Amino acid sequence: MDILTLFVVIPVLTITAILFVKDIKHVRVVSATGMGIQLILAAVLVFMYLSARKAGADEQMLFVRDYLWFVNPNIHYAVGVDGISVVMIALTSVVLFAGIFASWEVEFLTKEFFVSLILLATGVFGFFISIDLFTMFLFYELAVIPMYLLIGIWGSGPKEYSAMKLTLMLMGGSALILAGLLGIYFNSAPEGGQLTFNILEIAKVTIPMSAQRLFFPLTFVGFGVLGALFPFHTWSPDGHASAPTAVSMLHAGVLMKLGGYGAFRVAIFLMPEAAAELSWIFIILTATSVVYGAFGAIVQKDLKYINAYSSVSHCGLVLFAILMMNQTALNGAVIQMISHGLMTALFFALIGMLYGRTHTRMINEMGGLMKVIPFLSVCYVIAGLASLGLPGLSGFVAEMTIFVGAFQHTDVFHRVVTIVAVSSIVITAVYILRVVAILLLGPTTDEHHEHLTDAKWFEKVSVVILIGSVAGIGLAPYWLSSMIGTSLQPIVVKILATNPF
Amino acid sequence: MSLETFLIMRHELLLTAALLVVLVAELFSHPDKKGPIITLSVVCFGIITALGFIPSPEGELFGGMYVASGSRLMMKNILNIGVLLVILQSVDWLRRGENSDKTSEYFILLVSTLIGMNFMISSGHFLMFYIGLELATIPIAALAAFDKYRNNSAEAGIKLILISALSSGILLYGLSMIYGTTGTFYFNEIAAVFSDSNLQILGFIFFFTGMAFKISIVPFHLWTADVYEGAPINITAYLSVISKGAAIFIFIIVLFTVFPVIVGTWQKAIYLLSILTMTIGNLFAIRQQNLKRFLAFSSISQAGYILLGFVGGNQLGMASVIYYVLVYIFSNLGAFGVVLAVSNASGKENIDDYNGLYHTNPKLSLIMMLALFSLAGIPPVAGYFGKFFLFTAAAEKGFFTLVIIAVLNTIISLYYYLLIVKAMFLLKSETPVEKFRSTLYTRFALGLCVAGIIVTGFASTLFEFIRNLSFGV
Repeated sequence: MDILTLFVVIPVLTITAILFVKDIKHVRVVSATGMGIQLILAAVLVFMYLSARKAGADEQMLFVRDYLWFVNPNIHYAVGVDGISVVMIALTSVVLFAGIFASWEVEFLTKEFFVSLILLATGVFGFFISIDLFTMFLFYELAVIPMYLLIGIWGSGPKEYSAMKLTLMLMGGSALILAGLLGIYFNSAPEGGQLTFNILEIAKVTIPMSAQRLFFPLTFVGFGVLGALFPFHTWSPDGHASAPTAVSMLHAGVLMKLGGYGAFRVAIFLMPEAAAELSWIFIILTATSVVYGAFGAIVQKDLKYINAYSSVSHCGLVLFAILMMNQTALNGAVIQMISHGLMTALFFALIGMLYGRTHTRMINEMGGLMKVIPFLSVCYVIAGLASLGLPGLSGFVAEMTIFVGAFQHTDVFHRVVTIVAVSSIVITAVYILRVVAILLLGPTTDEHHEHLTDAKWFEKVSVVILIGSVAGIGLAPYWLSSMIGTSLQPIVVKILATNPF
Repeated sequence: MSLETFLIMRHELLLTAALLVVLVAELFSHPDKKGPIITLSVVCFGIITALGFIPSPEGELFGGMYVASGSRLMMKNILNIGVLLVILQSVDWLRRGENSDKTSEYFILLVSTLIGMNFMISSGHFLMFYIGLELATIPIAALAAFDKYRNNSAEAGIKLILISALSSGILLYGLSMIYGTTGTFYFNEIAAVFSDSNLQILGFIFFFTGMAFKISIVPFHLWTADVYEGAPINITAYLSVISKGAAIFIFIIVLFTVFPVIVGTWQKAIYLLSILTMTIGNLFAIRQQNLKRFLAFSSISQAGYILLGFVGGNQLGMASVIYYVLVYIFSNLGAFGVVLAVSNASGKENIDDYNGLYHTNPKLSLIMMLALFSLAGIPPVAGYFGKFFLFTAAAEKGFFTLVIIAVLNTIISLYYYLLIVKAMFLLKSETPVEKFRSTLYTRFALGLCVAGIIVTGFASTLFEFIRNLSFGV
């Protein structure tokens, strides 16, 4: 069996193992072990990938395996990875591993919780390894549907409403993607020949412009719904606020990246001509996402809502960068996906831990926590600083690269939207620092909060893994961006061949 | 009769034999002990289902009135599987005291409708088609009125027989016009001389309308919900899956073989009716509280999706229709199986009654969720593959607008399927359905459904097999 398929097989085996154990403790241990193996496997994959590249492998995708599944329509189970998918897989493994530890104390229907969580992860891993559109879409939907149960059963607040809203909006997006995929499939051989769902094959041909004009918006908006594209982002604040900790982590950290990755890998890469023609509409929408999300975060009082709006802003930046369609910006987009994935997972983990102690998420009901629970508070500050783009942490590298890339366009339109989007950095600083000031500094406002205990061992595991990754990318971004850069090369070549800018 | 003739007609012959065996066995059975009759029927039917899969020669009998071909054989086998599941699921219900005096009648009526459907599917002549259709319809009305002490069951029976009579009348009127203008009832002869003269089109429209009643396409669907609600649950399952499936099978055969000349005409009609059927079925399903009505409207919208396979008139379309009916049999019978089991154990049939079902009956809830997800078309279960192929078939002929409307409709349907998932998993209840253990037959049937839901999707050879049997206009 090839290494990529293992990324789907191991979660499935873990799920099977969970089904056969009885005790809650064993469920946790089995989940942690399975996802630990997955994390090790991801590390192995990174090294295998790097050494293969070093040895001179210059195909766009490595470790390609292709099995015919259905003859007509021509569906294959085809997997392969480039640098971008490898780092996304690594991100998923890290966040998932941290997520297992963050949900260590789930007591209600524990077994079902971990099964759903890992099922969701199976979809995510499968999505990133697929290079066949059908398989990709199958895994995409597999990643979305367990969310309903995860939020609906283990969530908080108006969980039934949020779960339904999130599921329906995301499935609505995937309905558009399905129509888009069929459109791509039936235009994948404009000069006759075998129709195909294989991304690499489709990239070799130019889909007729009339078809692109119809199917580019469908696919882009479809993936954009999951990437929190304004005005289809409304599921995100409600969904994230209601979801249990690990689900928020995985959803904001990884699942929203499926949107960005898909928009980039399917919509832009396969239909660059229409993307160039129609990008102005979506650039305006994504710039709106960026600024609107940031302003939205300022006025919120609930920590999870603040972070959810912040995610809308940051994920908007990913889509914004993708639409800039040049090497630097795309590089930034991928780094931003990784950076935001880690950072927001960290945030949600910390919020979950705070909530577990204080039983509130309202910032005006807390205060002075720095003295009581210094470990968690310091971690919260670090997460905040990463979020507002402090140099030395991952956020800075990502946003800097994106804005430099966006500024490479010299026309007025791109300049103006870039300046608008840059303003979000300032707004982000406002809401992050405001929360830090109210929540952590100053006097303790609630006497019950004076006797809180600091992080337990499993919470520390979860948090330290994430902080280590955030700082790692911030301090040594070069290995990451070089890995992404070489993989972006063939994509940028295809895009630039048609770029009118 | 040679062995070859027997092989060609074995479905009908074996079913007739089984029917007679049950009838005779009834004479010798003890009036209070119906167990042996039930076992005998299940075993007989299981054997027939298995024998159906023996490869058989293609050919014609009775001067071309009866046609056997690979695709028609496949359709009959699919229906056999469905009927086997229905029979297995109804065993618990048949063992109830009030049904003890009519156990064998149930099997006899059920099997005779299936014989009718088989003749209908194998017909190469409109007379054979019509006889099969009537044989398939009239016993069902008796079955719908099976709970004769319940008013709405009797009402369902009378509604069904009236609506069948009306639709058959319309259909016959259309057929008479077609006969009048072509001078023949043979499928292949009509196809050869059929043109698009006004009278022929009119005849076709009447035929089409008659079939639309049987498949309950909007706006000819109004009988569906009432009949489904009134009839016993296993009969509702039978109506919504087997009857509908058989009507869909013969409809696609007739459209593709008898009326290929006017493909442009029926394409437009089906295009519009498909949109109407899935949208209206979906919108009405949202408001339903009774699970039988709920599944009735859901099955109306499913028929709308199935029409997507008709619209292109292509080989892929026919393959996806046959395949989807198979998937639909497993999924819908999975859902009905759970409803029936819960109803047998507790008498509860409303969505509210399912609140908190997961905490008392986790396995049934999981099966129900799997079946509903398959109906909604969520991967990785079979319904997803089925829907995907239907959409692909329509997209192949460029009906992208229709595909987009259909995918948006799947979101509406997902909403109401999730309502049941929500009731079972999310909500809590003061008076949940008590924990109970189903009998072996029910568990076996549900197990088959689950296996079907999971396996038929991934098993690409099955779809390839069906596709090779199919044909286009």
